[in-house]
Amino acid sequence: MTNRQMTSSETEQTDDQQPNPTPGTDSLADRGTDIGVETSSRDDPATVADRTIIESRDLDVYYGDDQALNGISMEIPEQQVTALIGPSGCGKSTFLRSINRMNDLIDIARVDGELFFREKNVYDDDVDPVALRRRIGMVFQSPNPFPKSIYDNVAYGLRVQGQDDNLDEKVHTALERAALLDEVEDQLDSSGLDLSGGQQQRLCIARAIAPDPEVILMDEPASALDPVATSKIEDLIEDLAEEYTVIIVTHNMQQAARISDKTAVFLTGGNLVEFDDTTKIFENPESDRVEDYITGKFG
Amino acid sequence: MSQPDFSHDGIRTARGTAFRYLFMLCALLSILTTVAIVATLLIDAIDFFATVSPVEFLTGTRWSPTNDPVAFGVLPLISGTLIITLGSALVALPIGLLTAIYLSEYASERRRAYLKPALEVLAGVPTVVYGYFALVYVTPALDTILPLSTFNALSASIMVGIMIIPMVSSISEDAMSAVPDSLRQASYGLGATKFTVSTSVVVPAALSGIISSFILALSRAIGETMIVAIAAGQTPRMVDLTDPAGMFLDSIQPMTSAMVQIGTGDIVGQGAAYKSLFAVGLTLFVITFVMNLVSELVASRYREVYR
Ligand SMILES: Nc1ncnc2c1ncn2[C@@H]1O[C@H](COP(=O)(O)OP(=O)(O)OP(=O)(O)O)[C@@H](O)[C@H]1O
Ligand SMILES: [Mg+2]
Repeated sequence: MTNRQMTSSETEQTDDQQPNPTPGTDSLADRGTDIGVETSSRDDPATVADRTIIESRDLDVYYGDDQALNGISMEIPEQQVTALIGPSGCGKSTFLRSINRMNDLIDIARVDGELFFREKNVYDDDVDPVALRRRIGMVFQSPNPFPKSIYDNVAYGLRVQGQDDNLDEKVHTALERAALLDEVEDQLDSSGLDLSGGQQQRLCIARAIAPDPEVILMDEPASALDPVATSKIEDLIEDLAEEYTVIIVTHNMQQAARISDKTAVFLTGGNLVEFDDTTKIFENPESDRVEDYITGKFG
Repeated sequence: MSQPDFSHDGIRTARGTAFRYLFMLCALLSILTTVAIVATLLIDAIDFFATVSPVEFLTGTRWSPTNDPVAFGVLPLISGTLIITLGSALVALPIGLLTAIYLSEYASERRRAYLKPALEVLAGVPTVVYGYFALVYVTPALDTILPLSTFNALSASIMVGIMIIPMVSSISEDAMSAVPDSLRQASYGLGATKFTVSTSVVVPAALSGIISSFILALSRAIGETMIVAIAAGQTPRMVDLTDPAGMFLDSIQPMTSAMVQIGTGDIVGQGAAYKSLFAVGLTLFVITFVMNLVSELVASRYREVYR
């Protein structure tokens, strides 16, 4: 618990001096944010360069008898933007939901294989998905603010997670980071539903980052928005990547090219065809099918 | 080039008009019936108020329409109704709400598929059956642990409560099921437990539906007649709201069963005793009418707070 508050230099030291908590021996029953994995967050980008935060190994997901993901193995780097692209139905959302175990909520969904969050397999029996989701925020395709005030929307996760000290300050910070504070500062008590679509989505982003998660999952966060609102969200994502690991599903190639460091291309049948630096994927992909997809020859 | 013919077809137009009047007639029929009932209630009640002043009726604390000295204070009956309503609310509101939360948020598809119809069956049991069940089973069972009278408010209000559970649970459940799933997802995504999702997102978003289910169920409890007539006794008395034991353990008489007693007793002629039936009926009507209005108001006022 305390190691989340550590500064970067302390983290680096203690990593050597102290034995890491052994995965699986911690009590995961409590609803804290400790899911029994070693933590080292908020390091400056240089020290985390290419450190893996999420790794899937041979991940299969089934809905009933239909396989939606087929042996996905990938390592997602910390504090970078990773884009997931691919044609409709290829399993991007499914992969995203398997990271924070939102697939657990779908009765017929079944997961095989492993998915590590900081070297802890989140599908181990001792992992409480509730605790996991407190460290991985999520933003959905269409804005879904609660029918509550703007303030209560942002404060929701903080309250749920028991981080309700200095609530005002945290709410303000989150709104500021989500580039929404200026627009809503004097209407924090009005309903989140009174905002425009683009504002609602930034409210949802503020809500997701308020409890200070380590990873933010975004499922086509701008697909319901107009170009102006979209570019605001894109700027925001680039800012967020300085502190958070962002994994974003998008149908918009230009968007993926603009904002992501890494790009994963899924193709039909739930296969991960190529995963590499975004520049490489867009300029010189290994796979012909990826090239065809990116240049719009099929998809 | 000849123009297309769009002129009126006489038969089609006539048939359309005929149907229109048929439908209107049916709608009018039920409205007319309601108006007629309210009118008779009013006329006879006004007749009654010629002999007994409305003030005496509304503030009097003794109800004795037939036995000397006669008194027509409706307050004992209102207090009887209040007790039944209170008791049944204590049973039905929490159980109904929790049932709705269970059905909407916790139960699997399969379980919901047979639990919902089962609840609807509960709503279809004739109230006379509930009444005798209260008298023949509930009272003797409770009598083993409580000093109960044979006729008492407790078993009657428990049974009325059970009778209205399906109303609370099914209307509340509809309201909760209408809460968009995206709100649940948002809450789960922030690390909420199922319990938190239910209490902090689903219930508040469905609040208008939940409150109108409460009000409708309570106005049903207020109007319930058979159960109280059979199991609650016929003792019109002012109940002391500060004395729960006295309230529930003994016999009472709510407005509805007082009306049954007057209507079925051997009262001769058209005297004040007989006419009081309509005054009590009017009072009852006003109360449930206002409650239904409030329920409509709540539902429309807070409708669709999401989206
Ligand atoms: N809740 C569900 N129940 C059953 N099948 C599902 C469910 N969700 C997704 N699927 C199936 O799994 C496959 C992958 O779906 P998924 O939503 O992950 O695709 P996607 O890549 O996100 O598509 P899109 O770009 O259209 O959002 C599809 O064939 C879809 O029909
Ligand atoms: Mg999707």
